[in-house]
Amino acid sequence: MNILVCVKRVPLTGGKINLTPDEQAIQTRHLGFTISPHEECGAEEAIRLVEQHGGSSTVLTLGPPEAEEQLRDMMAIGIDRGIHLLTDGTEWDPQATAAAIVEAIRGDEQAYDLILFGNESADAGNYQVAIRVAHALGLPCVNGIKAISVDGDRVRCEQEVAGGRDVYVVAVPAVVTVKEGINLPRYPSVPGRLRAKRKPVAVSTPARPESRLEMVRLVLPEGSSKQAEVLGRGAEAAPSVVQVLQEIGVV
Amino acid sequence: MILVFVEDPTDELSQQAVAFARGMEEEIEAVTIDEGAEYAPATWARTLVARIEQRSPSAVMAPGTDRGNEVLAHVGAMLGQPMAANCVSVTPGDPASVLRVRWGGSLLEEAAVHGAPLLLSTAAHVVAAGPIGDVETLPVTADASELDQMVRVVERVPATTAGVSLTDADVVVSGGRGVGSAEGFAVIEELAELLGGAVGCSRAVTSAGWRPHSDQVGQTGTKISPEIYIACGISGATQHMAGCKGAKRLLAINPDGEASIFASADYAVIGDLHEVVPAISAEIRRARGG
Repeated sequence: MNILVCVKRVPLTGGKINLTPDEQAIQTRHLGFTISPHEECGAEEAIRLVEQHGGSSTVLTLGPPEAEEQLRDMMAIGIDRGIHLLTDGTEWDPQATAAAIVEAIRGDEQAYDLILFGNESADAGNYQVAIRVAHALGLPCVNGIKAISVDGDRVRCEQEVAGGRDVYVVAVPAVVTVKEGINLPRYPSVPGRLRAKRKPVAVSTPARPESRLEMVRLVLPEGSSKQAEVLGRGAEAAPSVVQVLQEIGVV
Repeated sequence: MILVFVEDPTDELSQQAVAFARGMEEEIEAVTIDEGAEYAPATWARTLVARIEQRSPSAVMAPGTDRGNEVLAHVGAMLGQPMAANCVSVTPGDPASVLRVRWGGSLLEEAAVHGAPLLLSTAAHVVAAGPIGDVETLPVTADASELDQMVRVVERVPATTAGVSLTDADVVVSGGRGVGSAEGFAVIEELAELLGGAVGCSRAVTSAGWRPHSDQVGQTGTKISPEIYIACGISGATQHMAGCKGAKRLLAINPDGEASIFASADYAVIGDLHEVVPAISAEIRRARGG
C-alpha cells in the first residue's frame, strides 16, 4: 500500500500572535515551525498503515525552502521519501495549492493507494484542498476521519459525530482527511533523524497562478484583553474561589 | 438571490447561517436535503449544484460546521469556484470582500473572492440565530455520479460515553503541562467530580500521553462552552484558547503571573495547582458541611 501524506509548514504561535508591519504574515522572527496537528497524525497513520500492510510512504509539502525541515521531521519518524513543491513563501490559495499537488501526483512515478491530508490547516483553515485534489483526480474523498482500517482494496473510515461514529467504506485509491486523535504520533529518535538526512526529496518549482481567494491582509481580532480579578495566591485563595463558584451557582 | 444550505433546520449553527444571509438584504432561499438521505457529501453538493444552475444565485452560503464546509467545498470543486470558509462578514462586489477566521479565531483574514457565485460558510456565533423561516427540502439529485455516491455513511456506531461530556458540561476543570504527569490529574478529577463537571486538558497533555485526545480542549480538540472553565497549569497557547473561548467565565490557576492565559481570564489565582486545587476541593467539602 503506497501512501502520500500532504503537510503544511506553520509557525508555533504560542500565546500571542504578532503581525509583520505590512499585515501580510505572522511575525515569526522568534518562533519555531511545525506542521498542522491533524497532519502530524496523518503522517503517523501513513507510517502505521505501511507497517501493517507493506508498501511505502511519501510526504509532500508546498512551501518555502525552509519547509524541508518539516519534510525531514516526518522522514525522521518513518516516512520514506519527500516531495517538495518549492515556493517563495508567499501564500497560495486553496485552488492553486490543489492544482500543484494534482500535477505532482500525476507526474510522480509512484502511484498512490491512499492520499492523506489533515482535515484543515492550522493557519488558513480553508477546509477544501483535499476535496479539490480528489475531484481533479476522480477519486472519492472522506473527511474528518478518526479511524482507518484497510481490508484488501476497501478502506473503512470512522468519523466522530454527535452521538457516535459514522462509518464510510470506500475503494482505493482514495483521498482521506484525518483529525487529531486518530493516533498518538511518535517522536523522532536520534537514529531516525540521522536516517532522515539521507532519504530522497524530489524538488520542483510549480508556477503560482493568480489567487482567486486572495488574502488582502491579516487582522488581529479586537483585544478581548480582560483584567482578571486576582482571587489570591496559592492555597489561601481557596475560600475566594469557592465564593465565586457559589455566586455562579455551581457549588 | 442567496441560496443557503441548511445542514439541519433544528441546529443553531444552520439557523445562524440563515440569519447571516438575511443580513445581506437580498432574497434568500433556504434548502436542506431530504432527511431520509444518508449523508453523502458529494451527492449533496451535486444536488445543490443542480439548484444553483436552475436559480443562478449571487451567493451560496452554508454553516461553518464540518459538514457545511465539506459540502460547500465539493460545490466549489464542482463549479471550479473559490470558497471562503468561516466568514464573519461579507461585502458583496466583484471581487467580494470577506473577513474570515484563521487559527481557530486567534486571527482574522481580509480576503477578496474572485468568482461567482460567491461561496462562503459562516463562522459560528457571529450572528444570533433567528427564526429559520421556510426551508425547502430537496430530494437528492439523479445527477450524482457513481463516484459521488461512493462516499456515504453506511453505518452509525452509537457512542459509549460515561459521565459528563466535555461539550455539555457546565463546569470544565482542565489541566495543562503544569500538572506534570498522568497521576497528577487525580486532583483535577477530584475537583471536577465535586463540581459535577468534566475533565479537560491541553494539547501538551495529550501529546505526552497523560490523557486521551477525547479530553483535549482546543483548536484541534473539543470546543467547549461551560458556565465556568477552570484552567490549571495551562499557559494559554492560541491552540488551546480557540477551544475554550466559548466559556462564559474563565478561572486560571498558574504559578506564572505573566502567563498569557491571564489575559483571557475573568479570575486569577497565582500559584501551584498542586496546592491550590486540593485546597479548593477541601473548601467545597467544608462549605457543604462534609
